[in-house]
Amino acid sequence: MENAIIKIRGLVKDYPMGVTYFRALKGINLDVQQGEFTGLVGPSGSGKTTLLNIIGALDNPTQGEVEVLGYQVDKLNHKQAARLRNENLGFIFQTYNLLPVYNVYENVEFPLLLLKKSADERKEAVIQALEWVGLMDKIKSRPAQLSGGECQRVAIARAMVKNPRIVLADEPTANLDAANSHHILQTMVKLNQELRTTFLFATHDDKVISYLRRAITLRDGMIAEDKIIQTT
Amino acid sequence: MVILKLAFRNITHAGLRTWLNVFILSFAFVLIIWVQGLYEGMQRQVIRDMQAIEVGGGQFWQRNYDPYDPLTLDDAHAALSSELQHLVQNGNATLVLIVPAAIFPEGRVQSVILRGIDPNQKIVSLPSQELTNKVSPGVIPAVIGSRMAKSANLAKDEIVTVRWRDANGVFDAAEIQIVAIFNTHIQTVDVSQIWVPLQRLQEMVHMPGEATYVILKQGLNNIPPGSPDWIYRDYDFLFADINNIVKSKRAGSSIFFIILMAMALLAVFDTQVLAIFRRRKEMGTLMALGMTRRWVISLFTLEGSLQGLLAILVGAVYGIPFLAFQTKVGISMPQAVEQGGFNLGATLYPVYSFKLFLLTTLFLFISVVIVSFLPTRRISKLKPTDALRGKTT
Ligand SMILES: Nc1ncnc2c1ncn2[C@@H]1O[C@H](COP(=O)(O)OP(=O)(O)OP(=O)(O)O)[C@@H](O)[C@H]1O
Ligand SMILES: [Mg+2]
Repeated sequence: MENAIIKIRGLVKDYPMGVTYFRALKGINLDVQQGEFTGLVGPSGSGKTTLLNIIGALDNPTQGEVEVLGYQVDKLNHKQAARLRNENLGFIFQTYNLLPVYNVYENVEFPLLLLKKSADERKEAVIQALEWVGLMDKIKSRPAQLSGGECQRVAIARAMVKNPRIVLADEPTANLDAANSHHILQTMVKLNQELRTTFLFATHDDKVISYLRRAITLRDGMIAEDKIIQTT
Repeated sequence: MVILKLAFRNITHAGLRTWLNVFILSFAFVLIIWVQGLYEGMQRQVIRDMQAIEVGGGQFWQRNYDPYDPLTLDDAHAALSSELQHLVQNGNATLVLIVPAAIFPEGRVQSVILRGIDPNQKIVSLPSQELTNKVSPGVIPAVIGSRMAKSANLAKDEIVTVRWRDANGVFDAAEIQIVAIFNTHIQTVDVSQIWVPLQRLQEMVHMPGEATYVILKQGLNNIPPGSPDWIYRDYDFLFADINNIVKSKRAGSSIFFIILMAMALLAVFDTQVLAIFRRRKEMGTLMALGMTRRWVISLFTLEGSLQGLLAILVGAVYGIPFLAFQTKVGISMPQAVEQGGFNLGATLYPVYSFKLFLLTTLFLFISVVIVSFLPTRRISKLKPTDALRGKTT
């Protein structure tokens, strides 16, 4: 499996806790190929978000090697990490992290501004992304005026709008109703098939799990199970 | 420029928060300029008043004259040089003779300085023409300031005995009558000073035609060179004291000034730094979305600078009319200001120079930029996850 898009060897993550530390990841080895539709599952506190953050170059590993798209994430400097995130990664946060003073349209448009896309390209892509998540009627609303599920959909649109190579999605459906969840997941599957976008979820939502083609179970910071799901 | 667009968008979208910051900033601008203008106005006013009533357009001093050494006063008199005589005759100067003396109000003794001045002089704004008022025969008319009147408990028309030593060192005495009492902000022509007709004083001490110093008319152009007996004292010399006082006032009241500056800067600091620290989650988001550290710093610093510019504009909108109004109407000063080292008129007219505007504005603007830059730089050093979690350090 030499063309793995994500390659993790012996990953350990410690969080300082006063004088000692808490070991959130205890030696993870993992390969993800391009075009996978994979989920990290497992109980709360098992380290799913921690692992996604490290893959997304938002946090540093304590030990081990993490390679994403050929970049040694733990050795990237600040600027290179920002560039990797900007150009190749779409992150859907468990806590949304929308920009509070921007309206829905501007929030989704933001990554495209960073990529210096032209106004026309931006407009087309933003409208398409907002149509996927069904928020065309809320274009002018600020995050504070949206429900939790609507915020989540904005966060999803923002991560997808630039067609990143990898989407890292942390509980993307936690606040969505069944209809919206299925609609968005179907869109993701379609993107995955058409553009070979790699999806890596962290979830305990059965609806998400039902779409996965590979489920990696984390327990206490370790991989307890890694299973390929045959879809019909 | 994407960054400019974003900064502009952030500022306009933040609405109330922006206007609050801008208003506080503009208030700091106006406040600091206002106070500095007061100082400037104070200094100018004291100097203007001194020129009008005491210093004129400069002075010639008899070479022994030293106002800080009363012992020299006995010898500090001489006849005028021909150049000075010429000036006096043409109405371009007037002479003053100083004689140490003592008065005996209500049986007490009080040392004073008799100053002889030409009652018809037009060089300084002392009310010397009052010295031509009619008094009883043999009594010398005298004009004093209100502080002198108070300390000697003398009222208008009152008569008091004065004793002095003449040119030969012989004691002599006479009676003086207070024909007028004037108000001034300048203590040096008031406290312990008694103004009498020049010629009478010259006769009393047997020094006909002699003087201690000569006051030139303001704006006089061809100032003659001094002579061995008569030394020219220019403004630099004559205002050395007052400049020192103003400087020490500046230094002394700089406590007040520093507090004011600190308050203004605190307002700036508070609005900017707190605003930025409150936005660290937002910064974390920007970084997580792939904005580089340099972009984040530029963006927030630019936002701060734009707010600074807005504050200058807003401050100008209400500040310029306010300050202009004050330079016209002035500020009435409480009487307590008299207690200070120098005295001010009842109304103080602040003076605002272009330089003052420019320097203060520049200073505050740079402070705003720095105060936006430093916390942003600090936060942007965090890992995105830490910034997102709202961590402080
Ligand atoms: N910044 C931190 N400092 C200390 N401990 C942390 C920190 N972040 C996470 N942890 C700990 O690490 C462990 C894993 O956390 P993580 O957020 O990765 O769990 P998770 O699997 O995403 O859970 P959930 O399903 O509830 O989101 C938890 O026990 C958590 O308490
Ligand atoms: Mg989590």
